[in-house]
Amino acid sequence: MSTSSGSDGERPGLINAVPVRHYGRWVAVAVIVLLLLMLLNMLIFNPVFDWPFVLEVMNQTPVIEGLLKGTLLVTVFTMIVGVLGGVVLAVMRLSDNPVLRWVSWAYTWFFRSIPRIVLLTIMGAGMGLIFRDGLSLGIPFDWKIIEWLGLSGDWRFATLDANTLFSGFVGAVIGLGASEAAYMAEIARAGILSVDKGQSEAAQALGMSRWKAMRRVVLPQAMRVIVPPTGNETIAMMKDTSLLIALPLTAELFYQVGAIGSRTYQILPSYLAAVVYYLLITSVLMVGQSYLERHFGRGFGTTVKSDKAQAEIGLMAGSAH
Amino acid sequence: MRRPNADHLVEAVNVTKSFGSNVVLQGIDLTVDPGEVVCLLGPSGSGKTTFLRLINQMETLTGGRIWVGGELIGIEERKGKLHTRTDADIARQRSRIGMVFQRFNLFPHMTAMENVIEAPVHVKGISKREARQQATELLELVGLADRARFYPSQLSGGQQQRVAIARALAMKPELMLFDEPTSALDPELVGEVLGVMRGLAAEGTTMIVVTHEMGFAREVADRVVFMDQGVVVEEGSPDTVLLHPTEERTRTFLRRVKQQAEAEAQHDVELAKTLDALES
Ligand SMILES: Nc1ncnc2c1ncn2[C@@H]1O[C@H](COP(=O)(O)OP(=O)(O)O)[C@@H](O)[C@H]1O
Ligand SMILES: [Mg+2]
Repeated sequence: MSTSSGSDGERPGLINAVPVRHYGRWVAVAVIVLLLLMLLNMLIFNPVFDWPFVLEVMNQTPVIEGLLKGTLLVTVFTMIVGVLGGVVLAVMRLSDNPVLRWVSWAYTWFFRSIPRIVLLTIMGAGMGLIFRDGLSLGIPFDWKIIEWLGLSGDWRFATLDANTLFSGFVGAVIGLGASEAAYMAEIARAGILSVDKGQSEAAQALGMSRWKAMRRVVLPQAMRVIVPPTGNETIAMMKDTSLLIALPLTAELFYQVGAIGSRTYQILPSYLAAVVYYLLITSVLMVGQSYLERHFGRGFGTTVKSDKAQAEIGLMAGSAH
Repeated sequence: MRRPNADHLVEAVNVTKSFGSNVVLQGIDLTVDPGEVVCLLGPSGSGKTTFLRLINQMETLTGGRIWVGGELIGIEERKGKLHTRTDADIARQRSRIGMVFQRFNLFPHMTAMENVIEAPVHVKGISKREARQQATELLELVGLADRARFYPSQLSGGQQQRVAIARALAMKPELMLFDEPTSALDPELVGEVLGVMRGLAAEGTTMIVVTHEMGFAREVADRVVFMDQGVVVEEGSPDTVLLHPTEERTRTFLRRVKQQAEAEAQHDVELAKTLDALES
C-alpha cells in the first residue's frame, strides 16, 4: 500500500473524490432556460396571444358542446368500436378458419389504405347515393325472390335512411371506428401472440373453451402489450376528430373555434382555444393510460432473485390487498 | 370394437400419432387402474409428452383408441360410426383430467388463490366463496396457505409448481397427468414438489407421471413403463423394471441415468471436499 493516502496509512478509507464536472450539461441547461424565458415572454407579452379572448372562446357554448360531443364522445365511441372490432379481427386473423383469416386480412388492408379524411368525405357524400333506398334489415335478394314468385311488396322489417346513418354523429363513429378497428387489429394480434402458448393450453386443460381461455387468460395478459399503443391510438383519434367536418359533422371543437375565428377575425386566439383543450385532454388521457398499464401489468415486472427480496416483495403483496 | 374393461380408469389401445411424416407414437398400449401411480420413463424424444397430450386432447389421435373412465377420448361412436366430439364435449372431458406442466404455466396475472379458483368458478360455476374455501384447503395441502395472495412471479419455481398442482386438483379430477414436473426446478426445490406428489399418491390419486426421478419412481410408482422411440419397451413393477430390466434398451437408458446421477453425486462430493478443505 505505498500509494495509500489515508490518514492512518495502511488501509483505504472513505472515498471523497471530486466528481466529474459535466460542463456540457450546464451549458444545455442554460440554453434551455434562455429559450423557455423567450417563449414565456412571447406568450405573455406578444399581443397576438390574446389570452382573455382565448378564455372567452373556450367558454362559448357551441365550443364546449363541440368539445364534448364531436371530440370527446366521438373519441370514446370510436375507440370502443375500434377496440372491440380490432380484437374480433385479430382473433379471426389467428383462427384456424382460412375464410375468417382472409376476411380479416382484407378488411385491414382496405381500411389501412384509405386516409381518414378521404373515408369521411366519401361516406358523407357517397353513401346516400349508394344506398338510395336506405339500409334495410330483411331477407337478402327479397325483390328478386318476390319477382320469381310473381308476388309484390317487400320482405323488409326495418329501413334506415342512409343519409342519417352515415352523416353526423353515427356516421362519425362508424367511419372512424371502422378505420380504427383495422389498426387495433394489428395491435391486438401482436398482443395475443405475445402470450405464451402454454397459457391457453393450461386454461383448456382445466376445461375452458377456446373462447373462454382467450377471454379469461390470454386477453388479460395480451392487454399488457395492447394498452400502451392503444393509448397512442386514443390520443391520435381524439386529434383526428378535427377531420369530421369532411363528413360533415359541425358539432366538433376544431370546426367551432374556426367558425368563431372567421366571424371575429381573431383567427389565432380562436385556434389557441382548441390547442389548449387538446393539450388538456391529452394530459388526462395520459394519466388514464398509466393507470391502465399498472392494472394490466399486475403480476409482471417483479423478477425475484434472492429469497430475501422475495420475502420482502411477498410482504408488500400481502399487505397491498 | 372391443369395449374397454370397466376396471381400468385409462385404457390406451394401439395408440399412434404422427406429425406429418414423423411417426412419434407407433402403437402404445397402456392401462391405468383407479388409484394407481404409473411412472413413464424414457429418453428425451421418445414420445412421453405427446402421449400425455393425447390423453388430454391437446393433440388429436392418429390411430388407436383411448378410454378414460369408460369414455372414448376425442371421438364417440353413434350408430356404428365414429364422430369427432364437439369442442364443448372435449372441454368437459378435459375438466375431468388434471394436468401439471414442466414449466408450470400458472396464470401470471392472477394470484395463487385466483389461479386455484379460476376453473371451479368459471368452468364448474361454483360460488366464489365455496371455491375459495376449497382452494384454501388445497393450498394448505401443498404447503402454501400463506402464499395465497402472491403472484406467480413472487414465488419460487417449487412453489409455483405446487400451486399448479393445487390448481389442477381444484377440479377434482379423476386422473392427474404430470409431465416432468420437476425438470425445470433447481435441484434443491425438487424435493418439495415430489413430497406433495407422494402425498397425493398415498391418498389414492390416480396419476401418470413422466419423470426422470428414479428414486421417486421406485418408491411411489405401482408400475413403471419404459418407452423408447414411440413404443413401450418394457413395463412392470418398479423393482422389476428399474433393478432387473430384461430389455437391452432399458438397461442402456438406466445405465445412462445412473452415470449422470453418479457424475452429479461425484461433483457434490468434490464440492463438499473443497468446502471442507476451505473450512479447515
Ligand atoms: N407439435 C409437434 N409437431 C411436430 N413434431 C412434434 C410435435 N410435438 C412433438 N413432436 C416430435 O415428437 C417427438 C416426441 O416428442 P415428445 O413427446 O415431446 O417426447 P418426450 O416428451 O418423450 O421427450 C419428438 O421427436 C418431437 O420432435
Ligand atoms: Mg417431454
